[in-house]
Amino acid sequence: MAEIRLRGLVKAYPGQKAPAVERVSLDIPDGEFTVLLGPSGCGKTTLLRMVAGLELPTSGQVVIGDRDVTYLPPRERNLSMVFQSYAVFPHRKVRANIGFGLAMRGMPRDEIERKVAWAADLLQLGDFLDRYPAKLSGGQRQRVAVARAIVVDADVLLMDEPLSNLDALLRLGFRAELKKLVSELGTTTLYVTHDQVEALSLGDRVAVMRDGALQQVASPLEVYDTPTNEFVGGFIGSPPMNFLTGAVVNGHVDLGGPMLPTPPALASFAGRTVRLGVRAEAIGLVEESAPGAVPATVEVFEPLGSAVLLTTTVAGQQLKVQAPATFRVQPGETLWLNVPEQHQRWFDPETAMALETRDT
Amino acid sequence: MSIQGPPEERDKPVGVGEPSAAGSRSWRRAAAPYVLLLPSAVFMLVLFGWPVLSGVLQAFGYGSATGFTDAYWDRMAGDPVFWAAVRNTLLLIVVLIPVQFCLGIAMALLLRAKPRFSGVYFYLWAVPLAISDLAAGLVWLSVFTDRGYLNSLLEQLGIAGVDWLNYQSTTKMLMAVVIAELWRSTSLVLVIVVSGMQMTPRDYDEAAQVFGATFWQRLRHVTLPLLKPSLQVALILRTILAFQAFAVAQALTGRQFPLLIGETYWWYVQLNDPNVASAVAVVVLGVSMVTALVYLRLLRSPDAGAR
Repeated sequence: MAEIRLRGLVKAYPGQKAPAVERVSLDIPDGEFTVLLGPSGCGKTTLLRMVAGLELPTSGQVVIGDRDVTYLPPRERNLSMVFQSYAVFPHRKVRANIGFGLAMRGMPRDEIERKVAWAADLLQLGDFLDRYPAKLSGGQRQRVAVARAIVVDADVLLMDEPLSNLDALLRLGFRAELKKLVSELGTTTLYVTHDQVEALSLGDRVAVMRDGALQQVASPLEVYDTPTNEFVGGFIGSPPMNFLTGAVVNGHVDLGGPMLPTPPALASFAGRTVRLGVRAEAIGLVEESAPGAVPATVEVFEPLGSAVLLTTTVAGQQLKVQAPATFRVQPGETLWLNVPEQHQRWFDPETAMALETRDT
Repeated sequence: MSIQGPPEERDKPVGVGEPSAAGSRSWRRAAAPYVLLLPSAVFMLVLFGWPVLSGVLQAFGYGSATGFTDAYWDRMAGDPVFWAAVRNTLLLIVVLIPVQFCLGIAMALLLRAKPRFSGVYFYLWAVPLAISDLAAGLVWLSVFTDRGYLNSLLEQLGIAGVDWLNYQSTTKMLMAVVIAELWRSTSLVLVIVVSGMQMTPRDYDEAAQVFGATFWQRLRHVTLPLLKPSLQVALILRTILAFQAFAVAQALTGRQFPLLIGETYWWYVQLNDPNVASAVAVVVLGVSMVTALVYLRLLRSPDAGAR
């Protein structure tokens, strides 16, 4: 158990214009489950590998517990890791795979046996201990990789997209199991994924990355509800956050015809363009007469089972709206929508950064 | 659902009322794999099977004036140089192969660490593959001979020259042949091991690092076991080729340091006795086959299989 502190980590590969990781500073408290989330190629795996010691940073510092481990080899960092490919040794039986870290540390055989039995029991691998990995399914191999990682008494647990090679159903099941397991172990965990649902469901905190830089580090709900910039809003959520552009006029924003009242804090933006971010499920379906109601034309009607998803246009700007499952409408019809103030998120179109409009 | 096809067509027995046609069709189907294998089978029989057979027959005097006899085997075994050749060949293998594998694996590991110019090193180290063994032998002769490069260098350094290829010192000759063979043939091990390393994902090694393995532990528990298929191929190839070592030793020592294939050559060309030459060749063939089988058995993987 230990906290992780990353200080101004930079990784630049020779021959590449932009660094893969650009001045990332991040504190992960002891026992916290932090998820690094970002599109592929954003540098999240490189960051994880620098924590693991599999890559050396160009500059910056990695501190685990009270030790500066920046230039220590992986084996001296007392960590464990689950690889995306699982990296379960094909030439060793499941038992020897799980016990690998313990054997390398020279632990007595009976103690290894006891710990392996414990981990195998936890991950329901008891019946497979004497098999070779080639005789296991993908899900079972994944469990072996996790068992191998938790059986060592590591300060830090690193996971590199551990669920991405599982099929959808297994992934959903194992996700919950993994969350329970890690919270019971209480190990400080850094988890890399490009799947935003996974990030929201697993993390105590989510760190969103883009182009090698951190965008926002916050709790899953905070990242979802109050993204710090348009990228985070647009990356997280399915469907992603809607963005509408309009000019601020007289306490209203002009969406190109329809007017929407703005919060008072936007008064200083009078005459300038702003972007409104709103989640599909936060949009209300209202009567024409309701205050702040905006007309929208339905383009596509998609029943999703638990809800219906409407693709509409508001004065030529696309807006995805989530309505109750029983809601019925035909393409071409006009709906009246409103956006409750607490669900509005305003952005400066020049910087794409969020504007703070709420009193805190 | 039309996946099964219309039932009336399916249920109709094929070829009823025309048994001869159905019979020839099924015969043709059964014969197809053999017909397809035929060209390579013929190829192997003509270019490999027949020479082996005729070699074995010749070793027993078939087609010669004596008729079928084991006299040639007696003559072979009665020649003291033959036993020297057996001893030298085995010595060469026992010394050469382990050193060669250590070197080849070490070189491959160095290349895997991706030093600067690693591509250049790889090509430099693979160059000996492209050089004929007689040429290599002559180059090393110019190094080891009494007034060769090595002794010139030693003299420059003020050290008296050494008679490396002295016919009275089997040790020195063995050393010279081993060094020349090392230079010439280690690149084959290197190339096979490098290709094997490229086929095993790096993740395994990284996982081993993360889980606390030192360099030697990684080598022993992860790298070498994963390389086993490649090592097996390299070991079989190199051992068989070492049984056939000829030109390098011939150039360096002539018959002072006899090897088995050199004896075949000697019997055939110098003594003009193809029957004894064949007998020696059959010995080499037999020993090579037994060695390959032993390697395959010893290095057989448990049912781990590939990933």
